[in-house]
Amino acid sequence: MNKLVNKTLIAAAVATTMMAGNAYAGSHSESITVVSWGGAYTKSQVEAYHKPWMAATGNTIVSEDFNGGLAEIKAQVEAGNVTWNVVDVELSDAVRGCDEGILEVIDHSTLPDGDNGVPAAEDFLPGALMECAVGNIVWSTVFIHDESKIQGVDGLTDFFDLGKFPGKRGLRKGAKPNLEFALMADGVDPADVYEMLSTDAGIDRAFAKLDTIKDSTVWWESGAQPPQLLADGEVTMTTAYNGRVFNAIASEGKPFVINWDGQIWDLDLWVVPKGAPNQEATMDFVKFSTGTKPLADQASWIPYGPLRKSSFGLVGTFHNNAEIDMGVHMPTAPDNFKRALQNDFEFWADNSDQLNERFNAWLTK
Amino acid sequence: MTTANPSIDQTDTLPLKQKLAKTTAIQRRRAFLLTVPLVLFLLISFVFPIGQMLFNSIHNDKVSGVVPKFAVAIQSWDGQGLPSEEIFEIFVKDLAIAKKVREVGRTAGNMATRINYELPGSRSLFTKSARKVGKITEGPYKEALIKIDKKWANPQVWLTLQRASHDLGPSFYVAAMDMKYNEAGEIVKADELYQIYLQNFIKTMWLAALITFICVLLAYPVAYLLAILPLRQSNLLMIMVLLPFWTSLLVRTTAWIAILQTEGVINDLLVYFGVIGEDGRIQMIYNQTGTIIAMVHILLPFMVLPLYSVMKTIQPSYMRAALSMGSKPFNAYRRVYFPLTIPGLAAGTLLVFILAIGYYITPALVGGQDGLLISNLIAYHIQKSLNWSLGAALGTMLLVVVLIFYWLYNRLIGIDKLKFG
Repeated sequence: MNKLVNKTLIAAAVATTMMAGNAYAGSHSESITVVSWGGAYTKSQVEAYHKPWMAATGNTIVSEDFNGGLAEIKAQVEAGNVTWNVVDVELSDAVRGCDEGILEVIDHSTLPDGDNGVPAAEDFLPGALMECAVGNIVWSTVFIHDESKIQGVDGLTDFFDLGKFPGKRGLRKGAKPNLEFALMADGVDPADVYEMLSTDAGIDRAFAKLDTIKDSTVWWESGAQPPQLLADGEVTMTTAYNGRVFNAIASEGKPFVINWDGQIWDLDLWVVPKGAPNQEATMDFVKFSTGTKPLADQASWIPYGPLRKSSFGLVGTFHNNAEIDMGVHMPTAPDNFKRALQNDFEFWADNSDQLNERFNAWLTK
Repeated sequence: MTTANPSIDQTDTLPLKQKLAKTTAIQRRRAFLLTVPLVLFLLISFVFPIGQMLFNSIHNDKVSGVVPKFAVAIQSWDGQGLPSEEIFEIFVKDLAIAKKVREVGRTAGNMATRINYELPGSRSLFTKSARKVGKITEGPYKEALIKIDKKWANPQVWLTLQRASHDLGPSFYVAAMDMKYNEAGEIVKADELYQIYLQNFIKTMWLAALITFICVLLAYPVAYLLAILPLRQSNLLMIMVLLPFWTSLLVRTTAWIAILQTEGVINDLLVYFGVIGEDGRIQMIYNQTGTIIAMVHILLPFMVLPLYSVMKTIQPSYMRAALSMGSKPFNAYRRVYFPLTIPGLAAGTLLVFILAIGYYITPALVGGQDGLLISNLIAYHIQKSLNWSLGAALGTMLLVVVLIFYWLYNRLIGIDKLKFG
């Protein structure tokens, strides 16, 4: 469904931009496939990156949705039949894909300077430029509740308190990032979470905490599910990606509340599968879309923070409601950032196989 | 001109038989040509992928492909203490080359992932070291490598590397059977907290059997009605059986979500009529119950149709004859009608059971935490963890289980008795 909508959107955009684009791009136009997570997030990218780029170059973009991970990229590269040009992945996947040699190395010196003249290498936040990836946004996993049904939720501890707030909980199916949430709810300081998870005792403690709500948990897999579960009344509280929740609040008027206590933030990055066709247009899109203005524009559609410092000052209001200041809804806004944890990609690269095995075994018991 | 009609030549009478055989052989070959597209299709879409799966489950060259010289050299190590300086040198040099070349499937990251399966937490040891080994230009290599990370002084790392240097090996079956290699390299049971696959196999078989049984209970009367009702009514009934059969699997599964969820139709009705309270809403989906209900509904036509096609051919006069000879209705049914339906019943149960045991999409959508089947775990390893070899090993085990059931079935009922229509 999303794919269809995207394609229609793009077709419309192409139709209107073709004339303008052709004026100077001539008849030589190329098509690239950009893959992202769908829904409100892909929409923000289509509006802020795809459309302006198509207008400027006369090239076309086919937008596809996926659910994250490296499976498709790996399959395409190993079969020697790469059809995706640019893919939006999490940090841990960007690192792993680079290590396994299925991603193109990206030369950061070719990235444009910020609008204020600061070179890209200094303009991007630390960690946003990887050997095979260019970061675009900060996003976060938070927990949410429906204000019309329960009030007085105070911090992550309440998420695990079935006595105070009876009802079902929604959690992402997988070890990440539930173990971190469990430890933080158990009183562990965000700074000590991964150190503790490196020990058997720490893992046991996290699972023991999850045990307390296991029988009341509904597990979700794609980002679109948790707001729907909450809207349907299937769960009383659920973890969710902050951007999608904001969208349900701002666009659909849902009475949801985002609880920022114990949020776990992560980066999303553009990567290019090794051997992707139309390399020149592909790299041109990566450079264009991670420029100061597109990153700032993107943030007016969904509250995912831009990764360029020069974009911060340009983040304005919600695209169709000038009363909503996007800045305060970002994961990195000071009020939201009081007790926050950055997802440790190296920890998960090392331990996800083992911990997911234990998680799957735990789930079926 | 002289040989205008050689076939009636006297000298040809003897090989006439052979000639006939030759002609029919040619005809047979031509007829076979017609099946070539199908044979090719089966080879490409069936035999080859399954062969590849079997191969992948025992073959993994992620160590020998990345550090080829080391993979040979390490075999001479006796497993005591740490490998010799010479082996360390070969390892460092191989790793530096792999880091530089960055060939798909041949990078240090591939080896890191492979070793991490057996030695959790060692992935970053390889990827980090690969970034730094280029700087080691002279010996002693052993010390230099241990200086990069002291985990290299752990014999366990080298033992695992030695084992994984063999391209062929049972290690993925070891993992798929909830076992692991201990520090001495012996195969032992995995920690109970990490056991998952064998239990899931048993659960999958039990659920598939249960679903098949429920399908028999529901389908038998429906098929019987279909067979005996007059054409007008039976046509209508047939459409009601077939309509869901023609509807998309996803639509049917999501329809069950709408009906069964705690805020769904059934719970709403029960609350409305006061059968249960607002707090007592029943959990019927995102668990094993949900999987069973949705799968029974989806697989039901596979039971109804073979049963119906067999029942349709049973003459009503058989039953009448039995009754007229003084049999009680139940006895007549049990001794005359029921045995005649066995071929259809056999076909239906085999079909439903084998489909159910490998079912994926429905449990994935409505299975929640305890309604997952083995195919969901296979999909997890193919799509998420990217441990294709383990996925292949589990897939092979599933294939073997299905073949065993097929064999058992053949022994008990006889595959030639099956009747699909």
